[in-house]
Amino acid sequence: MDWTALWLSLRLAALTVCILLPLGIVLGRWLAYRDFTGKGVAEAVIALPLVLPPTVFGYYLLVAFGAASPIGQVWQAVFGHQLVFTFEGLLVASVIFNLPFAIQPMQRGFEAIPREVREAAACCGMPPWRAILRVELPLAWPGIVTAMILSFAHTLGEFGIVLMVGGSIPGETKTIAISIYDRVQAFDDAAAAQMSALLLALSLTAIALTFAVSRRIGRRFG
Amino acid sequence: MGIPMVATGRRWLTVGLGVAILLLALAAGAGRATAEVPVIAAASDLQFALEEIAARFRTDTGQDVKLSFGSSGNFARQIRQGAPFEMFLSADETYVLELARDGFTRGDGDLYAIGRIVLIVPHGSPLQADGLLDDLAAALEDGRLTRFAIANPEHAPYGKRAEEALRHKGIWEAIESRLVLGENVSQAAQFATSANAQGGLIAYSLALSPKVSALGTYALVPEEWHSPLLQRMVLLKGAGPVAERFYAYVQQPAARTVFRRYGFVLPGEEPIN
Repeated sequence: MDWTALWLSLRLAALTVCILLPLGIVLGRWLAYRDFTGKGVAEAVIALPLVLPPTVFGYYLLVAFGAASPIGQVWQAVFGHQLVFTFEGLLVASVIFNLPFAIQPMQRGFEAIPREVREAAACCGMPPWRAILRVELPLAWPGIVTAMILSFAHTLGEFGIVLMVGGSIPGETKTIAISIYDRVQAFDDAAAAQMSALLLALSLTAIALTFAVSRRIGRRFG
Repeated sequence: MGIPMVATGRRWLTVGLGVAILLLALAAGAGRATAEVPVIAAASDLQFALEEIAARFRTDTGQDVKLSFGSSGNFARQIRQGAPFEMFLSADETYVLELARDGFTRGDGDLYAIGRIVLIVPHGSPLQADGLLDDLAAALEDGRLTRFAIANPEHAPYGKRAEEALRHKGIWEAIESRLVLGENVSQAAQFATSANAQGGLIAYSLALSPKVSALGTYALVPEEWHSPLLQRMVLLKGAGPVAERFYAYVQQPAARTVFRRYGFVLPGEEPIN
């Protein structure tokens, strides 16, 4: 068992969720309540990582953030090290790639709140921020929890992008998925089997939790 | 209905806050990994030999290196993109010399080993491990061969040499449609020894490792059949003292013994056949 890689993956997944939580709430709520021209395009852009092959995404990331790119050079000047082949680079990639997994369930969560509930809150004189905190967030919470679980699990399993922009550096970019790949190539089937089983168990737990949470929403509003 | 709903919501909020705190605690452990341990990029044919050398280095010096294995061509590309490796052991000196020419390295580096390729066939394969590839050619004719593994010739030196050997034998065109390409030579070895392929051309150093040799039989392909696998290593710009020390260690007798045991011919030494 490659504990360094597992810890790295857990950290990556946790940080991704921490960044996506506020981002998803703001964007998900905005998409749920606002109608505007180009909404379809915005939703398509957010959903793109669902259909885009990870290697394509990894390739663009390498081009956009690599040493030769303007973004890469600015990053290098500010932070003194590269963005690609670092943990930060993986985190940026992971946040972008998880956008649909975070935003879509949150958007559904906000959409599921009956309009009358929000109107009632407004009629009672609740200030908007208080209505968000006391009424909307608690009601949309199952969607938010689902989003967090999905993003977390999805980050643990991500392989293509990490392979493209990670460089398999132990303790920095070698995630559990890459470590499994490496162990197979080292003919270390026992370790590969162990880690795969752990990842399977984690994914299964995540999906089971997601379904449990969704069922709660269904029971409440169905 | 409003009040019970909000109450349920509150409970979710508490659960959610708990989850968020847990995540933050996990995330707090982030930050940059220990930078003092140098990361070393090494060709896949060194998978077993270099692990052993690094383990000895740890015992002898108390210092640690991190090894990353892959295809030499990929590493060369990653180094150009700014990958933070401190030392690069390539399976083909061309990659090192090109990096040196473009200013990514400290000097031209040193030749550390010369590699060989072998034909490996897994137990139960209809092929024979015949280094002159006569049985392979026959198997292509009589349809015994369905899948044959080599590393990707586009960016893996051992793949390139495998292609050269197959061309030398005059069976490249015939075999091309039956090839499975490994991303690097370890993966090719993985494919070649699985029951899904009837064999493959891989690194001698991998075939000699106990893990791989348990899976099949192998035979050396004549070295005149392909251009020599001159393996060169180099320190990259930004290499620290530990990487420098490891670089010197790889040239010491203890390391050379390990390389020799894995079938590498060492620069300045005659091959033992």
